[in-house]
Amino acid sequence: MSGFFKSSIGRKVAMALSAFFLMFFLIIHLAVNITSLFSVELFNQLSHFMGTNPLVQLALQPVLIFGVVFHFVMGFILEIKNRKAIGISYAKNNGAANSTWISRNMIYSGLVILAFLVLHFIDFWFPEMKLKYIEGDMTGVIAGTQEFRYFEELQHKFLSPIRVGAYVLAFIFLALHLLHGFTSAFQSMGSTAGRKKALQTFGKIYAYAIPLGFIIIAVWHHFNHL
Amino acid sequence: MNLTLKIWRQKDSNAKGQMVDYKVNDISEHMSFLEMMDVLNEQLINSGEEPVAFDHDCREGICGMCSMYINGEAHGPDRGVTTCQLHMRMFKDGDTITIEPFRAKAFPVIKDLVVDRTAFERIQQAGGYISVNTSGNTQDANAIPISKHAADEAMDAATCIGCGACVATCKNSSAMLFVGAKVSQYALLPQGQIEAADRVRNMVAQMDAEGFGNCTNTGACEVECPKGISLDNIARMNRELMKANLK
Repeated sequence: MSGFFKSSIGRKVAMALSAFFLMFFLIIHLAVNITSLFSVELFNQLSHFMGTNPLVQLALQPVLIFGVVFHFVMGFILEIKNRKAIGISYAKNNGAANSTWISRNMIYSGLVILAFLVLHFIDFWFPEMKLKYIEGDMTGVIAGTQEFRYFEELQHKFLSPIRVGAYVLAFIFLALHLLHGFTSAFQSMGSTAGRKKALQTFGKIYAYAIPLGFIIIAVWHHFNHL
Repeated sequence: MNLTLKIWRQKDSNAKGQMVDYKVNDISEHMSFLEMMDVLNEQLINSGEEPVAFDHDCREGICGMCSMYINGEAHGPDRGVTTCQLHMRMFKDGDTITIEPFRAKAFPVIKDLVVDRTAFERIQQAGGYISVNTSGNTQDANAIPISKHAADEAMDAATCIGCGACVATCKNSSAMLFVGAKVSQYALLPQGQIEAADRVRNMVAQMDAEGFGNCTNTGACEVECPKGISLDNIARMNRELMKANLK
């Protein structure tokens, strides 16, 4: 089976498997974050659970990090291999005649998402890791109070219009990436379901709804904090 | 109609090629694209120049030999046709037409617009066949029950003429539509089952060894394929390879 993942098809299957995992994670992430729009208490409780539960922190989180890193690394490996396979470029190439721009430029939408993830990790993940596992503060409360810190931190991050703008831009690129990636993952897995109208429609709804949800959260907290 | 042609000229596989401009006049819209190329070559021969080398054979869309990248598309702007079936009525007077060879590392240019597509032959030789005992007691293929649906799908896959338009048009120079079609035409039939696992493993391994790229499911190959080979064949090949590796 290890030989399978060294083949061109095996690498695409691995890419699709990590994509399915990440698309499932996006649903969970949005489901937790969207509670911040209507219940501070629920958002704080869910954030504290996700941030302190040993199963989430010690088992699911490393798998998620691996999934993210794997998807990016494999994406770059495939891109490099594909560029090597091309040879001399055409003097005139009419790609728009037979395929969508986004399907031909997944590497660029992926790079924007990667840049966003670096910002997102600097904003939320690294401070969390430092506070919990270096400074040893697992209480999840604002120092000197009994109040959870999660909602406060979330709103504070979205004070900056530049950060909100960067997040919105990144989510637009996430939507573009998902518009091709969702159905493409099915094709790579050997399923023709992604070529059927029903799944294509579902894929479009998913590709627009998930990023739109995150955009609403960022914009909502920006304006409701002012 | 009068046309300007921008054509890739390359003396041999080691030479550095370049685009060269030519003018052709009084081209009839009823001509095929290759007839227009014949007019150009007559013009070049009469003026003592080297004619443009290009592949062609049947000139009726069956052999898969013609292989030009015309105005940025494999086999030109028409759909469901090879270069030899492309008519000059798809162009208009005064047009500039860019003509290049099919590009891919695995399809090196031999001369001008002629490329070496023997990589496809080697992929076929790796497993694109069934082994049949021909010692005199061969079973009649019609005696084996096959559903109409499977027979139709296998026939559709078998219409691939191996022209290489899928590779030429793919942004990754992937050969997966070709290999998918060749794997599918046997995978769909009972006769192909016995060697199915070895076939897909060997053909994919040869495809990778030839240096073709990875499919990113843009669907460009399906659009440009003169025989309308479906992307479903790539999905089937992926399934076949997974199945073969789970055995």
